[in-house]
This record gives sequence, C-alpha cells and structure tokens, in this order.
Amino acid sequence: MPDTESLPRLAMKSLPFRTYLDRWHISVLLVALLCAVPVLTVFSYVFQPAGEVWQHLTDTVLSDYVLNSLQLIIGVSFGTLTMGITTAWITSVYKFPGRKVFQWLLLLPMALPAYIIAYTYTGMMDFSGPIQSNLREWFGWSYGDYWFPEIRSMWGATSMLSLVLYPYVYLLARAAFLEQSIVALEASRSLGAGAWKSFFKVALPMARPAIITGLSLVLMETLADYGTVQYFGISTFTTGIFRTWFGLNDSGAAAQLSTVLLIFVLILITLERISRKQARYFHASNREKRRPQLSLSPGKAWLATFACLMPVLWGFILPFMQLSQWAIETYEEMVDSEFLTLTWHSLSLAGSAALLALAIALLLAYGQRLQNTRLIRFAVRIASMGYAIPATVIAIGIMLPLAWIDNTLDNWLRTQFDVSSGLLLSGTLFALMFAYMVRFLAVSVGTVEAALGKIKHSMDDAARSLGLNPRQVLLSIHMPLMRRSLLTAILLVFVDVLKELPATLILRPFNFNTLAVRAYELASDERLADASTAALSIVIAGIIPVILLSLSINKQKT
Amino acid sequence: MSSLLNLNNISLAYGDNNVVNDISFDLEEGQISCLLGPSGCGKTTLLRAIAGFEKPDTGEIKIRDHIVSNASSVLAPEDRNIGMVFQDFALFPHLNIEANIRFGLSKKMNDSKQLERCNELLELVGLSGSNEKYPHQLSGGQQQRIALARALAPEPDILLLDEPFSSLDVELREQLAREVREILKQQNTTAILVTHDQNEAFAMADTVGLIHHGKLVQWDTPYNLYHQPSTRFVANFIGQGAFIPGEYIGDQQIETDLGIITGSVPDQCKIGCKLDLLIRPDDIIHDDDSDLQLEISERLFRGSDFLYTLKLVSGKTILCIASSHHNHQLKEKIGITLDVDHLVMFPQQTTEDTASITHD
Repeated sequence: MPDTESLPRLAMKSLPFRTYLDRWHISVLLVALLCAVPVLTVFSYVFQPAGEVWQHLTDTVLSDYVLNSLQLIIGVSFGTLTMGITTAWITSVYKFPGRKVFQWLLLLPMALPAYIIAYTYTGMMDFSGPIQSNLREWFGWSYGDYWFPEIRSMWGATSMLSLVLYPYVYLLARAAFLEQSIVALEASRSLGAGAWKSFFKVALPMARPAIITGLSLVLMETLADYGTVQYFGISTFTTGIFRTWFGLNDSGAAAQLSTVLLIFVLILITLERISRKQARYFHASNREKRRPQLSLSPGKAWLATFACLMPVLWGFILPFMQLSQWAIETYEEMVDSEFLTLTWHSLSLAGSAALLALAIALLLAYGQRLQNTRLIRFAVRIASMGYAIPATVIAIGIMLPLAWIDNTLDNWLRTQFDVSSGLLLSGTLFALMFAYMVRFLAVSVGTVEAALGKIKHSMDDAARSLGLNPRQVLLSIHMPLMRRSLLTAILLVFVDVLKELPATLILRPFNFNTLAVRAYELASDERLADASTAALSIVIAGIIPVILLSLSINKQKT
Repeated sequence: MSSLLNLNNISLAYGDNNVVNDISFDLEEGQISCLLGPSGCGKTTLLRAIAGFEKPDTGEIKIRDHIVSNASSVLAPEDRNIGMVFQDFALFPHLNIEANIRFGLSKKMNDSKQLERCNELLELVGLSGSNEKYPHQLSGGQQQRIALARALAPEPDILLLDEPFSSLDVELREQLAREVREILKQQNTTAILVTHDQNEAFAMADTVGLIHHGKLVQWDTPYNLYHQPSTRFVANFIGQGAFIPGEYIGDQQIETDLGIITGSVPDQCKIGCKLDLLIRPDDIIHDDDSDLQLEISERLFRGSDFLYTLKLVSGKTILCIASSHHNHQLKEKIGITLDVDHLVMFPQQTTEDTASITHD
C-alpha cells in the first residue's frame, strides 16, 4: 500500500473556483463599465437643467435635425433595400454571366468611407469635373445652357450613403436566401405560385429578419455619419453636435443633443435584437449543399449582369478610378515628409488600437467561456454595444468626464502645491484610444467569440486530462486554432480605426493628424485632388477586410 | 488488495438540482466498470468529477489512495494522471495523429522514446502508419481509436470514457466496444465507461453501476443486473419483461394468471400478501402442446425470431420469444410453458425505489 504522506508532491489548490469566479467577473465588469461611460455621461445630461443654448437649439434648428435625419433614414433605407435585396436575390438564385465575380465585387463599396465617396463625386460632378466638361464638349453647351443636378444636397447625401452601405443588406439578405431551403420555393411553385409571387410570398418574408438586421446596421451608420452630411451642408444630429460643441462651446447642450440621437439609435438596436431573435425561427430545417441555379433567357441574364454591375460601378469603380487619377496627378507634390508622418500616425494608432481591442476581446470572450453567468453575458453585451453608438456621441461622452478629471486634478494641485498638471487625459492619445475601444470593441469581440465558440469544450478537457494547465491550453490549443480569426479581428479593427473620422476630429491631440483627418481637411478646403492620396490609402486598406469577408463566405459554402 | 479508485459519498448539485446524490463505490485495478443510466441521470457529471472537471459538494475521491478531491480542495485534472476519451473524440484538428498521441507524453521522455510509444499505441489500435494523417482524414471509428490511443499514451492510472461510441454507427458500436475491451484488458487498464446503452455496457464492463436520478441504484455484474434487479426501476430498465400480479397462498406457492408458480418466497410475506412477479421473455417457452394457451395481441418479426405479446385473462400482457419458424397470426392462441429459473418479485403497489425481494 503506497504511503499517503510521501507521494503527493503536487500541491492541491485550495478551491480555485471561487477565486477564478471573482477575477473574471471583476475584470469583465470593469471593461463593461468603462465602455458604458460615454453613454452614461451623455444620458446624465438629460437631468441637467436646459441652458440657453438648448433653448435656442429647440427653437431654431432641432426640428431641422430631426426632419433631415428622418429624410436621410427613409432615403437610405429605400436605396440600400432596393440595391441590396435585388443583387442578393439575383446572385443567390440565378445563373448569369459574371455571377461568381459579382458575389464579392458587390461587397467592394464597403471599402469606401462615405465621406470619401462624397467628395469624390463632388469633384466628378463639379462644373469643371469630368462629367460636365465632357457633356459640354459633346453637346457644345456652355455655362448656364443646361441644368445639372446638384450633388451637395439631400438626394446626393442619400445616394452616397446608399452606395457604400447597401452591402450590409446584400450580405445578410444573401446569406438568408442561401440558407432557405430550395424546397420551400419548389413547394410554392408546385402550389401554383409563379416565380415573382414565390419571391414575394415565400423567399422575401423568410429573409425578412435578416434584411431588417442589415437595414438597422445601415441606419446606425447613417445616423453616425458626420463627414458626408457635413461636406454636403446638411444639418443633422452629428453636425449639430459638432456645431454646438465647437461653435457654441456648450458641452451640456451637445450632450443633450446626443441624447436625442441616442434615442433613435436605441430604437434601431431594439429592432436589430428583435429581428435577430426572429431569424432563428426562420432557419430552414435542412440545407442542401448545392442549390441548383435557375437559368435565365440570354436577354434576362444580361439584364441581371447589368443590375449587379450598376452598384459596383457607381459605388466603387468610378470613384476609385477618379481617386486614382487625382492621386497620379498630385502624388509627387503630396507624398512628402508630412504625408509620411500622417501615415505613421494612422498606422501606429490603428495598429495599437487593434491589438488592444484584441486583448480586451480575449479577456471578455474567455470570461464568458469559463464563467458563463448571466451577469458576464450581460456585461459582454454592454461592452460590445459601441458599434451602434455614433462616434460623435462617444467622443463627447468621453471628453466630458476626462476633462472634468483633468480640471479637478489641476485645480487641486494648483491650490495644494501650486503646480499645474495640464491636460493629462483629455486631448491625449489616451482619450482617442478609449473612444476607439468603445466604438470598435464589438468587432473584435464578435470575431473572437465566434472563433472560440467553434472550439468545443471537450477540446479543453482533453488537453487538461493530458496534463496541460489552463494557460497551456490557451497557448497550445486555442491560439493555433484561432490564429486566422485573431488576425481577422486585428485587421477589421485596424481598418475601422483607419477610416474613423468624427471621434478622431474631436479627441485627437492638438496638431495630431491622421490620413482620414487630412483627407477630410483638404476636401473641406476644396482641394479635392490633393486629398486623394490620403483617401486612396484608406480605401486600399479598406479593401483588405472586404477580401477577407468574401473568402470566409466562400469557405462557409463549401 | 487495496482498490485503485474510491468514491465516498459523492454529491453534486447545480443550484437546487441534485445531479449526483451520495454515490460511493470502489474499483479494483484492471477492472472495467460502466456507469449506466438514462440520459440526464448524472452519470456524465460523476465521470467528470472523477476527472476533475467538476467539483463535488461533498464526499471524497481517492485514486491509488491519494485524495484528489474532498470537501475543501480539489486536484486539477492535469495533475490526476487520468486519461479520458470524449464523446466527440476531441482530437486536436491542428495536429496530426502522431502529435495528437504524443501530446500527453511527459516532456522528460526523449524524442525516440516518444515516437516508439506512439507507434506502439498505433499498432495496438490497428492504425500503424497513420502518423502523418490529420484527424479529418480519418473515419469516425478510426478517430475513436486514435482518441483511445492518445488517452492511453501517458499510461494513466484510470481511463474514463464518456459515451465513446454514441457518435458512431450502430453496427460499428458493438464491434468497437469488444475491440476496446480487448485492448484495455490486454493493457490491464482500469477504466470507467459512461453510456445509456445496456448492450454497450454488457459488452464492455466487468461491473455495471446503474444510476437513476443521481443515485447509484445497483452496482453489480451484468448477469446479476439482469437476473437479480434490486428495484423495479432496474427490472424495467434492463432487458425486456413484464410484471404480473400474484398472491401468496402459502407453502412457497404463488397464484397468478399463469397458474401456480413455486419458488422461494421471502419470510416477511404472509399468506395473502400481494406480489408483482417479473416475467422475462426467457422465462417463457413456446410449446404448442401446452395446456396454457394465450392469445397473441402483438407480433414483432425480428429475423431469427418473433417477439409475441400475449394477453392474459386479466388483460395484463407478457412477452414470449419464439423461433421464426413458428409463424403465428394475431388473435391466434399459442401454447406456452413457464421455465422460471428464479423468482424476481416486488410487493404490489409500491414505489419503484422499494427494495426488492429476490430469490433464486
């Protein structure tokens, strides 16, 4: 009989469960709390007495903000739904020339930030731009002879936003169409409904939850847009918040405006949540591996090609060509040491934000995997809520408390020690990074969660039964299995930060410029061609995640 | 001889839900046992507690006389020297077969020794030469064997198998169960298998523990589990059979619808006490010449034999297996004789947990 005293050299851990529980809960809750700071700050201003500025705003411009925002929402909904659903249906059901290529080409407009496409079109449709010049040349017109649509208008902004945002609807609608069992459609046809009736009575209603999810994402982006509406001179909430903050210098009123905007957002979040829940019930029970593609007559097939070409042409090819042409004309002048500094700023900022977001996402996802309590799940939801909150609102919600901390500390140091601490938090890269985390954490959390969810728990158990401790399980099992997803998470946040404009404008340290800010500033000064190098760099970087996305979609199908 | 594994009064609850309820048993070295029970009975949780993935609320688990879990402390799974085979095999998809099998080998073991051990195991499970393959290139049965090889590689004190055959085809299951038993016996491995399939349990195990609602109902050999069920639940869960009512008329005789049956009746049963008798299909012999003729109410053709359900006068039914040459139609009457080797009876109108009265 073995001696009980001498053998067990391995120390038994005294109840590690309770300590783990606390460590995970505390850190996850802390992250959630920090992420909630901007929204809580902004909401806290609801209870502040309304100042003169607020009074002024409600009397004069508030109704404009609401009306313009609503008009934009309706217009963009119409535009993205039309383009998104048509292209999704065509590419998922029919055989036509170029179908395979269009599957991913249709995603390309996502690579263009709305503010960049907006000023590119402004340049293209200018009096001296290529379109009007050519028209004048062909028809022998001169100034004043003809009417030409003004792009810097409500319909212009609606078109610009629709062109770059429809891929959200396309992506989700297409996935829903592909998931639908072909049998449902065949059943409908066998019951006497024609192709069109089957689409409207069966396919479309079955895809409805997915389409609404896509649409709510589109509208969140629409409400969050600052660059486009500002450039086109349309007063919406985001431009109003900027004007109140910088022009009228009233942070309280800016926060109160943000609250009104957040109410719109809240409706959208609810809508998204509800439709995502519904989508579960709309899943087809059994999926065939390969759906037969329906044939079209040659004429109709080319019509399908045309329908898919249009969004890509207007949403990506034309503006991309225009930007490239400008860049070729101006790059010698524009690519100087300042441009290199800008690029470095952008890359280092985006890189560190992406890595930090990944680290936090790993923490949240692991917290959820190891301690899957209701509280942790709720905290993770809160922490990844930022994708819905306009960056302008996040920036204000961060600026206010940080400035307060800075001022309080500074005052205290002055009175106590007669030294000034200056701005420690606000107006530093810390504030900017904080905002990026709040806004983009959802992207990396979503990716990491999905990757981790695919690794079955039995995998962890197997590794531990073979002698690995939890840290070793992470390093030798999870990391290799998740490598691709972790890279994707980094890239997605990287590109999002690179494109980000409004929060960077508000929170960047004095004289600290990025590619996005520079492109925006040059365009605002009507130096459209000069802005193109910076803009083109952002667009090219933006193509990377689109390629990743289309690759992952292709992989899912096989 | 001291036992390899001891469980003493293990209980485990999730919230108010008592999943494992005061379970104790011992396992000798080289024994293969099986935890059998309907799904949700707590058998997997118990297995995971032995592995160290769950912490029991009360009780003590000892492996080779070392406490690995008690009320105040638990030893992490990686420090217990256990091997585990999972329901979904859990092979690491990013590692090839060789790396999977070498995964648990001690870092102190040198490279050639590791390779030697790996090849030895591959040969044992009949998959020599698949070192470079990846899990997805193997069939379900092959993955199963690799999972077994991986778990056995570090020579664990005890091997735990969590429903290891349930994701395989039915035809494959029994064959693999036999093969696995052979391998384990050859290596003198102590093992615990969890399953809900009694055929699997009978094919694999020396001892079977039947678990119901978190309680260990009977810990016995497969033979005894079938022939001497300790409770009504065991009698119902294991094998086929039916209960027929009877009354003790004294002199070790019981009057039933099938006539008077003689067998040893427990002392506490006085004349006139009501009993339920377990009648298994193998207690009944089809005999056309018998006086006892019963009507067929259901028939099930099973290839080599028929399973007939016969109706008694009282409306109760019993099961009878007849060779497939004896093709009778519904409503037809067939003759049977009783061949009750030993009586299994329970007092009437009792709950299923009441202790049984069993006699040979």
